[in-house]
Amino acid sequence: MAHVVEVRGLKKHFEKGDVRAVDGVDIATREGEYLVLLGPSGCGKTTLLRMIAGLEEPTEGEILIGGNVVNGLPPRARGIAMVFQSYALYPHKTVLDNITFPLKATMTDRDARREKASWAADLLGIGEFLDRKPRHLSGGERQRVALARALVRDPSVFLLDEPLSNLDAKLRTSARDELKQFQERLGTTTIYVTHDQVEAMGLGDRIVVILNGKVRQIGAPQEVYSHPADTFVATFIGSPPMNLIDRGDHLLGFRPENCLPIEAMGSNGDNLLEVDVQIHRIEYLSGDRHVYATTSGLGSDDAHLIARIPATVNAAVDEDRAQRFAVHEKDLRFFDGDTGVRTESRPVRS
Amino acid sequence: MTPAHRADEVGTVAPDTVTRVPEPTPRPQLARRRLADREGFLAKLFLLPTVAYIIGLVAFPFVLAIVFSFSDVTTGNPSLDFVGLRQWRTILGSRVFWTAFRNTITFTVISMALIVLIAHVLATVLVKDFKGKWLVRFCVLLPWTTPVALAAVSWLWLLNSIFSPIDWVLRWFGLIEANMYYLGRPVLAMGSVIAVHVWRIVPVATVIIMAGHMAIPGEINDAAEIDGAGFWRKLREITIPLTLPISAVAVLFGAILTFADMTVVFILTRGGPTQATQVLSSWAFFKGIEGGDLAQGAAVALFLFPLLLAAAIAILRAVRRTEVM
Amino acid sequence: MAAPTQIPAEKFAGGRIDVTHQGEVDRIRRQRRRRAIGGRTVLYTIAIVAALYAAGPFIWSAITSFKVDPDLYTKANNPFIYNLPPTLEHWRFLLFDTQFLTFAWNTLWVGFLVVSITLFVGLPAAYALARLEMKWSGPLGIAIFFVYLIPPTLLFIPMTRVVGNFELLNNTWSLVLIYPTITIPVSIWLLTGFLKGIPKDIEEQALVDGYSRLNAFVRVVIPLAFPGIVAVIVFAFTLTAHEFIYALAFLSSTPAKTISIGVPTELIRGDVFFWQSLQAAVVFVALPIALVFNLLLGRFISGFTMGAVKG
Repeated sequence: MAHVVEVRGLKKHFEKGDVRAVDGVDIATREGEYLVLLGPSGCGKTTLLRMIAGLEEPTEGEILIGGNVVNGLPPRARGIAMVFQSYALYPHKTVLDNITFPLKATMTDRDARREKASWAADLLGIGEFLDRKPRHLSGGERQRVALARALVRDPSVFLLDEPLSNLDAKLRTSARDELKQFQERLGTTTIYVTHDQVEAMGLGDRIVVILNGKVRQIGAPQEVYSHPADTFVATFIGSPPMNLIDRGDHLLGFRPENCLPIEAMGSNGDNLLEVDVQIHRIEYLSGDRHVYATTSGLGSDDAHLIARIPATVNAAVDEDRAQRFAVHEKDLRFFDGDTGVRTESRPVRS
Repeated sequence: MTPAHRADEVGTVAPDTVTRVPEPTPRPQLARRRLADREGFLAKLFLLPTVAYIIGLVAFPFVLAIVFSFSDVTTGNPSLDFVGLRQWRTILGSRVFWTAFRNTITFTVISMALIVLIAHVLATVLVKDFKGKWLVRFCVLLPWTTPVALAAVSWLWLLNSIFSPIDWVLRWFGLIEANMYYLGRPVLAMGSVIAVHVWRIVPVATVIIMAGHMAIPGEINDAAEIDGAGFWRKLREITIPLTLPISAVAVLFGAILTFADMTVVFILTRGGPTQATQVLSSWAFFKGIEGGDLAQGAAVALFLFPLLLAAAIAILRAVRRTEVM
Repeated sequence: MAAPTQIPAEKFAGGRIDVTHQGEVDRIRRQRRRRAIGGRTVLYTIAIVAALYAAGPFIWSAITSFKVDPDLYTKANNPFIYNLPPTLEHWRFLLFDTQFLTFAWNTLWVGFLVVSITLFVGLPAAYALARLEMKWSGPLGIAIFFVYLIPPTLLFIPMTRVVGNFELLNNTWSLVLIYPTITIPVSIWLLTGFLKGIPKDIEEQALVDGYSRLNAFVRVVIPLAFPGIVAVIVFAFTLTAHEFIYALAFLSSTPAKTISIGVPTELIRGDVFFWQSLQAAVVFVALPIALVFNLLLGRFISGFTMGAVKG
């Protein structure tokens, strides 16, 4: 069962420290969608999630789940399941008791509870751990227990708060893949909070980029990546971030992978913006070359830029050398110099 | 009210998007918040018994003590007749009061100085690892865990005028001819009471200061060691400054325990010889309960309050500073 | 360090040492070992002296409790050894010819009831202070802490009147009624510390898993706080067992007394001291409490720091 979650004009104001953690957010998920809330720590994404879960009451605005306003309802009545960053497994209960705990609140039949728990455990491949205590499990196993516990509630919405951040880097990649498959199979609307743009790009059907309690952009990963709404989104997503070059009243932006030595750009020279750069340093990262350079031709003098040359491009680059790079005009983005908001194209050649 | 039904009213979701799959897990869908969910209500409910207890059995008796002190109530004549400041004048005019007052302060100040010193040394030792630590810790805690009255009984025998083993040892070494009469001479009696207080409160203070020691992150000590600080420099520049707030807590806790205690005096000396060890609290007891003069007893006890309040505020300040750390 | 050569290296055990010079390295190493041994010696000396000072009176009590009168009351006898064969007579006297076991029973019974009341009243209050959102939780917590600092010495006279009005004088129930005023504030303080130590996530998880606040408290928080609760039980019980002033003021009939006042008032009759039995009573009470306390010391320390630091 999948429900739509919608928030309207949602605000959360914390008296303590006078913080506007969430400052007027409007979002609506689609049915069965995987929506990722992405932002730096302290941007309000977790507060937003907690308000949807019912753990915090909004100062203003409405939350709708499945079309019903759920403001004022306790978490248990919202038909949601949540996985915390810490997994919040009950340390004094076995895995089985952890999984059946949500069922005990409503389901009186002990055998039915067990049946349901073992169904969830099998689905997540933790059937063999049912008698263990959480402290005897690895990080990945704990995460599965937390998911199984969320699953047995048959929630109409999954809320996940950085569930991968406690796993080590290697495990994280496989766990990410599993999470995605899992959700696709269940088709349950999922809201996922993370500060990791790689996770967000990999998991989300759509990404909501949040900064200082405000939504900066909502869109599919590739859209957010290639058409960032403002300079914050442009630099927050992508590693290395988008190059931004100050040109007085506006900023010129392009992705590092779109900036290559001119000989690697192919023939259609008309649509190219040529950039003369002074190369300072080259990093070799899993085959790609990251070129740290400065340029003076595009805008402010000695503007820093980073170019990422994929492994498939063989063009020679050397440190401490001047060289000519180029960017396709279609890959150029323009942002307002004051607000940082993306604007329409401007002429780049003088 | 089913979700679909509400969806019609709100109109954000087309009714047919809400698929009605039978739910295997029953759930009180859209149950209104019950009392058990409301934090504000629960908080009040949870605190009510405590507040009732404190108002009924602390605040009320406290007010009663003040009322008593302005009346002429005695055990024999329990009716409350207002006599104004008469009892206070009587007390302030009495020599015993001033002796008791002075003794109270003396006991507290000297005990505290000794307690801080000893507790700091002991805490430094007890946070280290060494063989037999468990036994040492057990011994050090004994004075604290034993009921004060019984501990005082043990000391009463230890300081016995004839059979004190301390005297026996001193005699054996030929240091004294006759016994010392620890509890029979004013200065020695005071010293004895102080020794018992120190003995009994050092464990509490040590535990508190140990907590402070343990709260210092190990990395700070490691960093100091790498920076080349020896034991004394580490003590002076890290341990003492960082445990200062919690030491203050220990001091003031101990001060209140010493200050308000009458058990040691009551059992060891009963205030004697010639009021030399009389303190405000013991005198309040002798006057109020044994003498039956409830009004004067209450007035004497009330003298403890402003001093306690000052100590309490100081504790709170110290705790605040700990938070900053 | 500007001029390393001018400062003797031994003053800088951890300072700059020429590690390439083997002789110097060896010297420093020897010196460090000497210091370590010296430190150890000081440590053990302090530990032993402290242990003896603390436990001395009890050792003396224990020795005394087995002595026969002629041995004990001979001034010239070495008081630390048995000049005459030891006896169990005074222990027998304490346990069977005095009301000591009644006192012990009263102490346990009063302690049990007081601890129950304390937890019943204090645990929810501590939870409210630790977790529930309230405007005045800060000031209230401070107020409760202040109550802990108001000693029985200040209140025993009016308290006697209050207890008299309940017609509870000379009745152990008077202690059951009044002792929580001592135990509740300090227990709340400790429990608040323990409860704050429980991750908030786990509680919120219970809310998300379908439970109300109240249910989450009962089914998740209390089981997780159990180690802390045990510590508080012991602490509160010890406080009631220690209490002297209220008991002395309220109780004068022998069968109602607790150990704390029963032993010093009933085993000292005017000028007659039953010394060996008195000391037997001291040992009998002191050892078990100290043992339990030692087992839980770590928890008290953590409760104290959490209560204080996160208060």
